[in-house]
Amino acid sequence: MSTETETPIADDTPEVESPPKPVAKKLEAAPVVVPAFEKSISDKIVEKFGDKVEVGFIKEDRVRINVGRENVHDVAEFIRDGLNYDHVESVSGVDYPQDNEIEVVYHIGSYDDSSLARQILVLATRAQRETNPIPGNDATRLPTLRDVFYSVEFHEREVFEMFGVFFEGHPDNRRLLLPEDWADLPPLRKDFAIKGR
Amino acid sequence: MTFKLPPGLALQKVDERIMTLNVGPQHPGSGHMRLIVQIDGDYIVACDPDPGYVHRGEEKMAEYRNYILNIPHLERPVIHDSCNVLYPYVLGAEEILGIEVPERAKYVRVIASELNRCIYIMYWLAIYGIFLGHSTMFMWPAGDRELLIDLMEKMTGARVTHAHFIPGGVRNDLPPNFEDVCLRQVNYFEKRIKEYAAIFYDNPILIARTRDTGVLSRQDAIRYGTTGSVLRASGVDYDLRVKEPYDVYEELDVHTNVMKEGDSYARSKIPWLDMLESCNIIRQALQKMPKSGSVRTKLKPNPKGKGLDSVYKRVESGRGSLGCYIVSDGKVEPYRVKLSVPSFRNLIALPNLLRGEKLGNMPSVYWSLNYWPVEADR
Repeated sequence: MSTETETPIADDTPEVESPPKPVAKKLEAAPVVVPAFEKSISDKIVEKFGDKVEVGFIKEDRVRINVGRENVHDVAEFIRDGLNYDHVESVSGVDYPQDNEIEVVYHIGSYDDSSLARQILVLATRAQRETNPIPGNDATRLPTLRDVFYSVEFHEREVFEMFGVFFEGHPDNRRLLLPEDWADLPPLRKDFAIKGR
Repeated sequence: MTFKLPPGLALQKVDERIMTLNVGPQHPGSGHMRLIVQIDGDYIVACDPDPGYVHRGEEKMAEYRNYILNIPHLERPVIHDSCNVLYPYVLGAEEILGIEVPERAKYVRVIASELNRCIYIMYWLAIYGIFLGHSTMFMWPAGDRELLIDLMEKMTGARVTHAHFIPGGVRNDLPPNFEDVCLRQVNYFEKRIKEYAAIFYDNPILIARTRDTGVLSRQDAIRYGTTGSVLRASGVDYDLRVKEPYDVYEELDVHTNVMKEGDSYARSKIPWLDMLESCNIIRQALQKMPKSGSVRTKLKPNPKGKGLDSVYKRVESGRGSLGCYIVSDGKVEPYRVKLSVPSFRNLIALPNLLRGEKLGNMPSVYWSLNYWPVEADR
């Protein structure tokens, strides 16, 4: 689904099974070891959801899961109830005009489970992007995760005003940082240009 | 046609008993942010925080500048804690650009970061003192802070905004004889801040005003995703310097301060305990630091990443876990930089803490959240 994450997959997964190649002089030839604990986390999600999710990358302490917008709520519920993650640290929008999509990335962590203290689960989903956005009244929509993780409340409000992604079911979709009379494009979209740059 | 005020700007009349008050954005008790508070008599029934008065679009600006030019402006959200606010960005840029850091530079960074943490907390404590009407507690931290600011000036050349951390190390090596001066100042500083206990933390007036106000339970602290001193004051043992050590924190002995009460008093005491811990860390780092060696890996002009990549790094700043998410598309500028700042994360707890409090307790609860408005707005 995501162009951004296809490269790490190609780097990581095949080299686990394949024996190290004879050209061991080069830096790239060192076998990439997929961390076992992080692999087990992503395996649990893949086992539960199968084709609906795609593993973006498995790095040390970081696991990335890409999921379609129709399944993001279910996956988030499983992450909370099945894997003991309990709070969202950060919700970032990333605008991809070339894909006509806006990506929303949740960085999910755990305070209660000490084995997960170092881990961040990166849950990424994508919303449809409109060329002429009318924030709140167009097809740029995602289901909210606020009922799963309460901590996303202000983060999702920020993504709404900065990217125009409307979170369906969010109880409070008002502006947060921008002025009340802001009438331009959502400013973190790539087509909003800083003057003079 | 009548001009319609935007929502929240007009005084709303909810019913006969409830009155809406605007606290801020120019109120000395709020900083650059506004709280829309509904009160019933003396009690707060609802609070709606309205940040954004100092939003400067740091994240947008970062998409237009290369990895090095981003450094001076990305530390602006918290100028008193400028090393720590830059730290996750620098760690992330190093991973994207594939730069190794010399061992001595890692120790210099730890020392700078801990000094900066103390500088920030002293400033925060000074304002907490003045919020509670304790003017000595404003004067003392503001004065003792100078000790460490002088050290940072010796180290980096700037008193407040240092721009000292760069991908690949730090800008300059320590000046000659810095270790001795630093040890002496830090020892004196530690002696000074221990005296704060008698005048502030054991003061019965302070205890009466902050005990059992704005209680945040352990479950709620976790559910709201709070971080730093707010989280640790509610009994969660979580400090990134211990849980996910970056640079050389793994080799240092860091003790996490935790209190169980979760009230304003605990939230105001944890940063002070953190300062004492920082003094210990600085002493350890000064002892273990390699005495000579490079502090900077030479960078190519306009370094770029290797194609599509993304990295999320976090450090423990003076206020809590500070994360930086960098997306690179292989150009000299980052594709997206997101700062996940502790003030913004802790703000979500504020409406829930103020509900049911007296209006007079609002400043002490609000400032005990270790909130820095400029950082939350970015």
